[in-house]
Amino acid sequence: MIIAIASGKGGTGKTTIATNLALVAPASQYLDCDVEEPNGHLFLKPKISEKRDVTMPIPKIDEELCTYCGQCAAACEFNALAVIGEKVMVFSELCHGCGACTFICPEEAISETTKSIGCLEIGMANAVEGAELFFAHGISNIGNPLSPPIIKKVKKLVNNDCFAILDAPPGTSCPMVQTLMGCDYCLFVTEPTPFGLNDLELAVGVARQLGIPCGILINRSDSGDNQVQEYCQRERIPILMEIPFDRDLAFAYSKGEAAVIKSQSLREGFLKLHHKIVAEVEK
Amino acid sequence: MKELTIISGKGGTGKTTVTAAFAILAKNTILADCDVDAADLHLILTPEEISSADFIGGRGPQLDSEKCTSCGECQRLCRFDAIEFSEESGYVINEFACDCCGLCALACPEEAITMEDTINGRWFISDTRAGKMVHARLGIGEDNSGKLVTLVRQQGKLMAKKEGCELLINDGPPGIGCPVTAAITGVDLVLIVTEPTLSGMHDMERVHGLCRHFDIPALVCVNRFDLNLVNSEKIRGYCTEHKLPLVGEIPLDPVVNKAQVARMSVIEYECGLVTQVVREMWKKVEKELNI
Ligand code: SF4
Ligand code: SF4
Ligand code: SF4
Ligand code: SF4
Repeated sequence: MIIAIASGKGGTGKTTIATNLALVAPASQYLDCDVEEPNGHLFLKPKISEKRDVTMPIPKIDEELCTYCGQCAAACEFNALAVIGEKVMVFSELCHGCGACTFICPEEAISETTKSIGCLEIGMANAVEGAELFFAHGISNIGNPLSPPIIKKVKKLVNNDCFAILDAPPGTSCPMVQTLMGCDYCLFVTEPTPFGLNDLELAVGVARQLGIPCGILINRSDSGDNQVQEYCQRERIPILMEIPFDRDLAFAYSKGEAAVIKSQSLREGFLKLHHKIVAEVEK
Repeated sequence: MKELTIISGKGGTGKTTVTAAFAILAKNTILADCDVDAADLHLILTPEEISSADFIGGRGPQLDSEKCTSCGECQRLCRFDAIEFSEESGYVINEFACDCCGLCALACPEEAITMEDTINGRWFISDTRAGKMVHARLGIGEDNSGKLVTLVRQQGKLMAKKEGCELLINDGPPGIGCPVTAAITGVDLVLIVTEPTLSGMHDMERVHGLCRHFDIPALVCVNRFDLNLVNSEKIRGYCTEHKLPLVGEIPLDPVVNKAQVARMSVIEYECGLVTQVVREMWKKVEKELNI
């Protein structure tokens, strides 16, 4: 079972929910797909046992064979190649590694090398009651504009027999969509404020287009107005949990502590959330 | 004309709250909402649209099933696993997985796939009580947010020139990826809004790394600084060590959400100390920008 924990708006507590749920839910995996800003490790403090480089193919031109015909540059949709006089320039930071240039070159002058765009770190974290939790996250290199290939690599680690939790990137663009694709359920974490609602509506739109059932968790549920609740009612989206603002919880978060480690009542709350999600998926 | 971009790395640190306040405080400015994925500035500034246009983000493949002979070449070559096959519908392109690279169109022996312009969103020029604003809406699940950010910024600059404004304020996107790069390259100053949480601090260092990568001067503001005083002290330390001016520390106060519910900036809605700190911060930013 693959569950994405997402939020249109950043900072609603998505990672708090994802990590706490992962710690409490039995046989769970935590996979951080927010590769631009992976934060789950701060709370789960995993022991990393394996590190893998994530690479992307980029073209390499054999100047001996190249006739400077310019077909490669014309074929590239991302302007990552330019043929200027007797020189082919490769702008690797624009390249998507699609292979169109290699395919089109009539002289077979293009081969491919690889470029590192980030890495994966895999390990185990201590969950509650002596259990262990599979942990993995992707990290995008600074200045790397392409996170979907890293997200795909993280998702390859999903074990379908587990309760796999994907911590999704914020927003509604390609990295978020890449994370949601193929999930069984998506839990949106939001705040009851105008910003929260606006971004939630956009995010729900993505889940609907992808045909993924979703539910809502309202965090800091006493801090704004009732418009999120009204929206959920109107759109018939189940609200699975509401967590009021709690300064202790916010403080624990700020220190990088998972709240369920210390609070029995929160532990029960998250266990209930787990049951509700499983019930929703099996519906 | 000077250009300021406000970013945060981690979302939800109060970036838009600060931007909206600066927008009200700044005289003679243009605003650009570069958070095209989840634009929120309009919720406070309630813009009145003057004009709008489609955003053509690029080209995407169109598969004509009439011409397709189901040879499977496109699926074999596509590196993004974006071409699916089923007995009922034959070969179809999954637009969510597609990277729009055009390889399939080049490869199809039947010329059944062509690359066509795609509309990825819409952008607007509006009037607000804080000045003219350029903003956009990226289509749901669309690609190319970096390009749309570039377009919004360009339009903001054009507008600033036309109106003789001395400043363009960009509300930046979260993260450190391509939209953020598009929002900060070549600007005069970046303000990083962070919070004293491990994730906030972690991300502040990442976006600061990005600013250094592009050699852009940056300032730091800590929101909800009293949530964790130990961490706030660590941020101060980081700023001193890296010669990053710390221009403001905003206290945690639920009144900020009230302002948001009332659709007002923290300047217009009296937020006590928060209002005061943000005002002082703006003075420092003005000075740093030399305007
Ligand atoms: S298509 Fe091949 S031969 Fe032509 S310019 Fe590119 S690399 Fe050179
Ligand atoms: S691999 Fe694709 S994106 Fe990269 S240079 Fe070649 S055609 Fe352009
Ligand atoms: S345009 Fe590129 S990514 Fe999209 S379907 Fe064709 S080959 Fe695949
Ligand atoms: S390459 Fe062209 S003809 Fe072959 S399956 Fe793809 S679309 Fe159809």
